Order: sequence, then C-alpha cells, then structure tokens
Amino acid sequence: MITFLWVIVVLISLSILAFVYRLVKGPSTPDRVIALDAIGVGLITLIGLISILFDTVFFLEVILLLAVLSFIGTVAFSKFTEKGEIIQRDRNS
Amino acid sequence: MKINDVILRTISRIVVFIILTFGVYLFLSGHNTPGGGFIGGLVLASAIVLLYLSTDIETVQKSLPLDFKYVAAVGVLLATATGFGSILFGVPFMSQTFAYFDLPIFGVTELTTVTIFEAGVALTVVGVLVTIILSISEDGG
Repeated sequence: MITFLWVIVVLISLSILAFVYRLVKGPSTPDRVIALDAIGVGLITLIGLISILFDTVFFLEVILLLAVLSFIGTVAFSKFTEKGEIIQRDRNS
Repeated sequence: MKINDVILRTISRIVVFIILTFGVYLFLSGHNTPGGGFIGGLVLASAIVLLYLSTDIETVQKSLPLDFKYVAAVGVLLATATGFGSILFGVPFMSQTFAYFDLPIFGVTELTTVTIFEAGVALTVVGVLVTIILSISEDGG
C-alpha cells in the first residue's frame, strides 16, 4: 500500500511538471489559466497523499486554503479573459 | 458589456460564508496548531475579495460600508494598545498573560490577552490587503 502511494506521488509530481511546461510554453492565455488551475488541483492531491503517508492531520488546513486560493484565482483569471477588467466600479454599465 | 454570470453569483454567495468560517477558525486556532491572526486575516480578506469579484465595488460598498484604511488603522491601534496595557500592571511592554475561566457552554476555557493582539493583527491585514487590491484594480481613476 505504501509503495502504491509513493508511485502515485511520483506520477502526480510528473503531471505537475507537465503542467508547468504548459504554463510556460502555452500559446494562449486560456491555456495558461487552465494549467494554473490544474496545478492547484495537483498540489491539493499531493498534499492529501503526503498527509496519508506521514499519518498526520496538520496538512488538512493547507488543503482547504489551497482550494480557496485556487478558486479565487480561477475566478479572477476567467473574469479577466472574459471582460478585461477584474473588479468593476458598476456591474450594469 | 453585461455578461451572464448567474452561476458565479449563486456559488459565491455560499462560498463566501465557507471562507469566512474557515478564516475565523484559523484565527481562533492559532495557539498550538497552524493558524493565527495573520493567516486568519488573509483568509478573511480573500473572502472580501471574492465578494468584490462576484459583484462590483458599489454593491459591496452599499452592504459593507467600511473604509478599509480605517479598518487597518483601528487594527494597529488595538494591537499597540494591548502592548501598552501591560504597562499599567507594572510588567514590561508587550507582556501577555492568560488564565482559565469556567464559561457556561464551553466549560473550562483558556482565555488570553494574545487573542486581542491577534485580533488587531487580523484587522490590520484585512484592511491593508483590501486597500491594496482595490488600489491596483482601479482603471486610472
């Protein structure tokens, strides 16, 4: 079981490396945004696996915090690509 | 240009409360576990930023009529006043103390003056962060 978990840790680390390649190289802005969001999901999974491996509960708050920050970042980026400005003065104008 | 963002508004109305609860939890668990005033303030500020993202500045100003520069100033005042309050009892500046009280619901609880100091830190972080983000998001105005 432990070996299986370590194999998954290595696989997810490799996938995060591939996402970083897409983030640096990505031809358009939406590619980079999706790569950044996927890096967040990969980091959450990695921390969950590591907290299973180390048998501790202190990392669970980190998972929640990363999820919150990743969600807000994704909302901000998608609003930027959709409208060009992130925080508007008046919504109906 | 008006866009159709009904999913974002519906979701963020719920998610803001989850983030606020998480921020208060991080603020109160700062003793022996990860957390504290600074991190709790950061999470509370991110909830307010999500409010600004999902609606607009005027709507948030109408429902949350706070000037966040004053929030930061009140936070610094509270944190410093906690430090000076220890002088009145004849101990050095910034000394903190704690005691155990028997509260009705919570049972025997450890209450400490560090929490007041941390509340000042959290208010400062919320005020400064929201002020910075509102300043850099304005379009030349």
